[in-house]
Amino acid sequence: MSVALPLAVGLALLALAILSVRWLAAFDEHSVVGRFGTPLLFGAWVLVFWQLLVDFFEVPRVLLPAPSVIWASLLGGIGVLAGDFTQTVLHSALIGLIAGCTLGFVTGVLIDRSPFLQRGLLPLASLASAVPLIGIAPIMVMWFGFDWESKAAVVVIMTFFPMLVNTLAGLAESGHMERDLMRSYGASYWRTLFSLRIPVALPFVFNALKINSTLAMIGAIVAEFFGSPVAGLGFRISTEAARLNMGLVWAAILVAALAGSVLYGVLGWVERRATFWHPSIRSGA
Amino acid sequence: MAATTDDKSLWWRVGPVLVVSAVVLAIWYAAAIGLNAAQVIERTLSSQPGWGARDLIKLTLSMDRPVLPAPHQIALDLFDSIFGWPLDSPRNLLFHAAVTSSATLLGFVMGTLLGAVLAVVIVHSRTLERSMFPWIIASQTVPVLAIAPIVIVILGSVGLTGLFPKSIISMYLCFFPVAVALVKGLRSPGVMELELMHTYAASKRHTFWKLRVPASLPFLFPSLRVGIAAGLVGAIVGELPTGAQAGLGARLLTGSYYGNTVQIWSALAMSALLGLVLTGAVAFAERVLTPGGRK
Repeated sequence: MSVALPLAVGLALLALAILSVRWLAAFDEHSVVGRFGTPLLFGAWVLVFWQLLVDFFEVPRVLLPAPSVIWASLLGGIGVLAGDFTQTVLHSALIGLIAGCTLGFVTGVLIDRSPFLQRGLLPLASLASAVPLIGIAPIMVMWFGFDWESKAAVVVIMTFFPMLVNTLAGLAESGHMERDLMRSYGASYWRTLFSLRIPVALPFVFNALKINSTLAMIGAIVAEFFGSPVAGLGFRISTEAARLNMGLVWAAILVAALAGSVLYGVLGWVERRATFWHPSIRSGA
Repeated sequence: MAATTDDKSLWWRVGPVLVVSAVVLAIWYAAAIGLNAAQVIERTLSSQPGWGARDLIKLTLSMDRPVLPAPHQIALDLFDSIFGWPLDSPRNLLFHAAVTSSATLLGFVMGTLLGAVLAVVIVHSRTLERSMFPWIIASQTVPVLAIAPIVIVILGSVGLTGLFPKSIISMYLCFFPVAVALVKGLRSPGVMELELMHTYAASKRHTFWKLRVPASLPFLFPSLRVGIAAGLVGAIVGELPTGAQAGLGARLLTGSYYGNTVQIWSALAMSALLGLVLTGAVAFAERVLTPGGRK
């Protein structure tokens, strides 16, 4: 008897969840409900079942805390987490991301003029993509100290190569016809670069920016495992995990996840504004 | 030096790489001398009056714990550890590479299977696609490696230690590129091909195995190369918080604890080699398995 009732309630909820998600998924793909409603409802149901299962089976908090516990730790530790956010996201990740991408882009534009340098650097850059560059973190911590500068340096190194490779590919994307047209206008190298080739390269550049935004968060957090001041999301995660304070650990992960998603979302939004002419954006509407 | 601009000439293919590599090495040596000079002067040379540039260069390139070790020091350390110790000794980097690569490969296999299952499910069910696909994408904007310590702690508290927790992290990193590429690949057959299968009265299962799966291979392999490289990073990072005794990540961590820079660099060189071997193996499998080879 004591098992039958919760089981029945659980099954009924499951049926309700499946039916409601299916109902929403049938909406028009381009409507707001269809695009955002379905995944949101799916996520909400996952949270509901997570909470119910953890409560019902009395899963130890160390193993998997319930969403309500994580939420409570998030509210309770909001001051600490805000400090960690500033340290990891605003300092290490963002500054590193901006510096690394700028460096990669400028290098790409510069060596684009020399086929010799391109042929020399591209194989090395593609080698770098197979190498776990994150391993450079302990060395950067030794060189630049425990504060955010060393983390930003790791991020610079990790983001440089994807940006370089994509910039070069993008600059090679403009066709002969367009380039000949610019020539017949008597356009200078720089005019051609800014009016034709960089705009054409933008989809590639944004692709690299999106890849790099994820890499930057990973680099900034993992580098903190090798030593950091007493703030930072990676520091929080590793120390609180060692103290088995899992509520705060998951809250820190939630903050990192939200920061990563927001960064990605903002880049996607800017991309749609900046490359509105590109077929992949136009057809997506 | 017969430098021609002929695209096929050997010089034009390997020359630039060689020149750029040589320049990188030269900069490295210069940087090693520059970065180590302060310490050498402070510790050794200041007590010997009348030292010259020759002494400085010699000492900066042979320090015990340099700020930046010279390339030949790293190569020597790598060589020593591989050939100077038995294969099962923790001083041998091949031993650590084997530990890390077994975690990577297990995670890679699990991740590929998970990615394949997700892709097949998504291709066959519109409801699941609409509700799950955005979350699969969102799962990757999460700095996945941040959960590495907890995964290890959680699985450790259930009694799972060693290889498996690390492979879980590799799996999480591997599954995404595979899932996305397979969804694209399984959908790549056009109307013409699908209609041809229809005229053959092929069943859904036949269409899947004879048309969709082969058509997805060109999409699958590039993502497998990305996946195995990501899986290696996952395994290395998975070795950081565990206090693991073995593996390239543990080697990096002990090197950084004891300030043993040469050890860090040689572990880094070993993981770079391992990364190249693993992606090379996938590229080789691609060449064998896709008829006509990749472009």
